[in-house]
Amino acid sequence: MNPQLAVGRLSHCFGGLKAVSEVSFEVGEGSITALIGPNGAGKTTLFNLISGTIPPQTGSIRLDGRELAGLPPYRIAELGVCRTFQTTRLFPRLTAIENVMVGRHARSRAGFLAGLLNLPYTWREERAIRQRAGELLEELGAGDCADEAAGSLGFRKQRLVEIARALAAEPRLLLLDEPAAGLNLHETGQLAGLIRRIRERGVTVLLVEHDMSLVMDISDRVVVLNYGRKLAEGTPAQVQSDPEVIRIYLGGDHA
Amino acid sequence: MRRYLPVLILAAVVIAVQLVVRAAGAVYYLTQATMAAYYCLVTVGLCLLMGYAGQISLGHAGFFAIGGYVSAFLTTLRLEAAAPASRFLSRLGVLAERQDLYENLLLGVSPWAALAAAVLATALVALVIGLPVIRLKGHYLAMATMGFGLIVFRVLLGTRFLGEADGIGGVPPLPLFGLEVSGGRAHRVESYYVAWALVLAALLLAVNLIHSRVGRALRSIHGGEEAANALGVNTTRYKLATFVLSAVFAGVAGVFLTHYNGGIGPSEAASMKSVRYVAIVAVGGMDNLWGTLIAGALLNFISLRGYLGSYDDAFFAGILILVMLFFPDGLLRPRWLKRGAP
Repeated sequence: MNPQLAVGRLSHCFGGLKAVSEVSFEVGEGSITALIGPNGAGKTTLFNLISGTIPPQTGSIRLDGRELAGLPPYRIAELGVCRTFQTTRLFPRLTAIENVMVGRHARSRAGFLAGLLNLPYTWREERAIRQRAGELLEELGAGDCADEAAGSLGFRKQRLVEIARALAAEPRLLLLDEPAAGLNLHETGQLAGLIRRIRERGVTVLLVEHDMSLVMDISDRVVVLNYGRKLAEGTPAQVQSDPEVIRIYLGGDHA
Repeated sequence: MRRYLPVLILAAVVIAVQLVVRAAGAVYYLTQATMAAYYCLVTVGLCLLMGYAGQISLGHAGFFAIGGYVSAFLTTLRLEAAAPASRFLSRLGVLAERQDLYENLLLGVSPWAALAAAVLATALVALVIGLPVIRLKGHYLAMATMGFGLIVFRVLLGTRFLGEADGIGGVPPLPLFGLEVSGGRAHRVESYYVAWALVLAALLLAVNLIHSRVGRALRSIHGGEEAANALGVNTTRYKLATFVLSAVFAGVAGVFLTHYNGGIGPSEAASMKSVRYVAIVAVGGMDNLWGTLIAGALLNFISLRGYLGSYDDAFFAGILILVMLFFPDGLLRPRWLKRGAP
């Protein structure tokens, strides 16, 4: 597999705290890679760095060889990296389908003037945006709530809409921040199927997740972070048998 | 096209008001109805900025005044001395001749050229102010824009060639396809229609925008800036563009009202004016163009008729407090108003 995402010696400090320190890893094209580690290990910070929400202080982030570090988030989204958030961040007053339509933003072009004047070429574009958004909601099983305000949706539906919204931007790399948090066993099983289907669409997936059975079930590779540093990396089987990893997860006694 | 229905209804109401007022023999009401229209124009722009893009401005009176003052200053310039050299500019329509009361020939910048200059100046100032300021959030943005408004007010008050506390008077009417925007009695009805036609045009643009891809992006910024940005929305640029657009609406309103009143004074830039605009958008329900319009038309009319006496500013400030406390979603948002609007 070719590396689609190559993170090289990435570091970021908040004040004196090294949230991410000299982290390097690669994500193969078309793979599912999981980032795991105890709370405060720097997983979400790493996501924020890759998606550009926080500009990295040092290090490089390359997507298909192209440097992303220092680009603003909207540019990174245009280049093909989209994300969901740990606590879903839908636009609460927009309907579910409108949320997904915002996801099409990077793949459509009607500008301010065209909008003000309601130019005819925007009509077709709007129709296409709405149709695509509707299809995605259907595909993810949230088609029934398309016209409901996103803020009033149930927790699980919000998750699905957020994933649909990220997929609407046609990312090459999808970042999922704890997609299973708050889901029950059955729903987590459905999520695993969904993530696999996303991969089959040709989207590379990088996820942060605490649910180890999900991680070990779907991941091709696992990267373990601890105190901002990369502790281990490998296949789920390799990582599971790594004594260091067992020690940080289960405590010293089990090593 | 259901979204345009309210625009048609408004057009009908505008005509109906004129007919009723004429039948009732109270044509003088049209004067305040005309002035109210221009203040409505400001709030329509501010509604886009506050309600849709989710960014506040407590400095829009400043943009209104910049538009009005640029136009007033240019149209009242006396350029007779330069007359021979300026024949070329006259032919281009940049300069215009007119006569004063005593039939002396006056040569000044034509109202239309002045309008263009005023709009450009407003847009430019909004861009220069907005570029650093629009990155601020919440209270910080409110304070920064308020600071801008205060500066404009103080500069107008202290600048000799802008008339200091007196402002600029003697501004000529704005000719428009054989009609005239001026306060003269003979032009009262046509000025009324021109004013509301302008509001209708602004509403059309605003309605189009909020239903477009850009409008959706603006609402997404309101809903969560970080998420919007992560989906490819260039949030800074969109906020800035909306800021400039709403400033231009205010500037155009300033130009027209200055022609209508025949002049402009520094009170148009007073910070209480900005507060008033914000109060009206809040009463209207923030992201509710029609609510803003109704609130703007009624409240401005009441205020301009002088019903509130010296308590004018207190009234608007009080409204703002009450709305924020008890009706943060606005007073004017019944279902039928919201239907078809996002």
